Amino acid sequence: MFEETELIARNKRIQGLYRTLLMMVTILLVLPVLVILATLVYKGGSIISMEFLFTDPVDGMTAGGIFPALFGTVWLVTLALLISVPLGVAAAIYLSEYAANNWFTRLINLAIINLAGVPSIVHALFGVGAFVIFFKFGTSILAASMTLAIMTLPVVIVATKESLQSVPYAFREACWNMGATRWQTVRRIVLPNAVSGILTGVILEVSRTTGETAPIMFTGAAFFLPFLPESIFDQTMALSLHLFVVATQVPGVPDALPYGVALVLISMVLLMNSLSIAFRIYLRNQKKW
Amino acid sequence: MVNPDTATKPNAGNSNPAAPDSMEDRRGMNTRKLEVRDLSVHYSGNTVLSEVTLDVWENEIFGIIGPANAGKTSFLKCINRMNTFTDNMEVGGQILFSGMDIHQLKNVYALRSRIGVVFPLPVGLPLTIYENVALAPRLKGISDKTELNIIVERCLTRAALWDEVKDRLNSLGSLLSGGQQQRLTIARALSQDPDLLMLDEFSIAVDPVTTMRIEEVLKELRSEMTIILVTNLVQQARRLADRTAFFLDGKCVEVGETEALFEGNVEDPRTRDYIEGKFG
Repeated sequence: MFEETELIARNKRIQGLYRTLLMMVTILLVLPVLVILATLVYKGGSIISMEFLFTDPVDGMTAGGIFPALFGTVWLVTLALLISVPLGVAAAIYLSEYAANNWFTRLINLAIINLAGVPSIVHALFGVGAFVIFFKFGTSILAASMTLAIMTLPVVIVATKESLQSVPYAFREACWNMGATRWQTVRRIVLPNAVSGILTGVILEVSRTTGETAPIMFTGAAFFLPFLPESIFDQTMALSLHLFVVATQVPGVPDALPYGVALVLISMVLLMNSLSIAFRIYLRNQKKW
Repeated sequence: MVNPDTATKPNAGNSNPAAPDSMEDRRGMNTRKLEVRDLSVHYSGNTVLSEVTLDVWENEIFGIIGPANAGKTSFLKCINRMNTFTDNMEVGGQILFSGMDIHQLKNVYALRSRIGVVFPLPVGLPLTIYENVALAPRLKGISDKTELNIIVERCLTRAALWDEVKDRLNSLGSLLSGGQQQRLTIARALSQDPDLLMLDEFSIAVDPVTTMRIEEVLKELRSEMTIILVTNLVQQARRLADRTAFFLDGKCVEVGETEALFEGNVEDPRTRDYIEGKFG
């Protein structure tokens, strides 16, 4: 009954073959990430120091540090999230908890999905038209942050909606049956249990926003600015644009400098991603049902 | 339909000695808790309930039996107007709750807060045991700690759960066993201080011992509130219900004194067949 027939032996061989094949493909996909990181550390690691992080660039950006760019990126990302997270979470709560399932809601959902697919350079042009020119913010941190915010909005909405909907429907029904209003239900049951998921989505957005170049280069990021911005109506340098500039636009830059900038940028992103993974693990352990 | 005023019930089977034995007395002045007139329910064109007309009396256990898809759960949803939360559910007809037309009510939340509901599968909200029971009072604006403590202890005690959880009120309610969660759900329903308690096949996910304990609880609660018991266990209706309605294919076939129905005293032969297990 359990003896190995020719058929079973063949199935086993084929199964082994596919297993190896799929594993190879997976390893192949991880390889680029490792190569990129190794190259950056090898070529740019030597330049990283506290001085590099916290001083201004000098000699036409061929020497010195990256502080204005680092500072600018933190500002841009923070402000962009301060705009997009409240708006996105509010919209997601409406779509998930209030909106009736009709053509209008479906249209909004479709628009959000399409907005997520709009290329970032198109967002940039929209930002120039809307914030720089129409609202007269000029090329400024505010205009750039708002452009980034518009770009991150669909992802915040989708991530929030999904984590709201991962809270079982039965919990809502139980609450409504007790005479709770929709808002009381959202406030006391749904939101507290979705908040870690929302944070995970937001942190992932931070890492994406950090690296974006196109949306900010016409709306508020400066080529070179030897001083820090004083208000959100000033321009600022940003890491992503700075990397583009020192890598391609300025002659006589030492080899290590662009690699160093890239290493700082990717480290910020990886740090954020690790935070998000840590959050997800925390979330799994906090499962309340 | 058997007239509940004139029908008599020889063995009331009331286990609660404090409650008066005669049906007339227990029904508190024979007032109608619910008057359902020509109720119908459609889901996007499909009729799941039609022409349901019945009365539920104060302080009785009103059983509803019938096979799946008979419209029992839809019937319950209409009573506390949960249909507003269900897409495409249209309700026709009239329901009076304590004499008030529920479709004319401005404050539907107040209606729901007076009706406790227990679902087939226990729903332990992702809160602590304490907060599960304190939620309904909190929703009503009670925030005084002492008052909440009293409510929580009283409701858990009445749901026969207090002794098992009194030392871990701050652990998660959703981590209790199925039977305990169902009693937690009942405690939560009681914390609303309801006039009407609706149970929808509460014993599906509960072991027989717990089921018996809950049944004892229900018999005691009858003196304080009206109970509608939807059940797919015919014998459970016989054990608990004063009167029983038989639903079939979206119609209320008949309503009668439970004992009379079980003794074969039926108007429609299908009721007898269902009770005797010949179909369904």
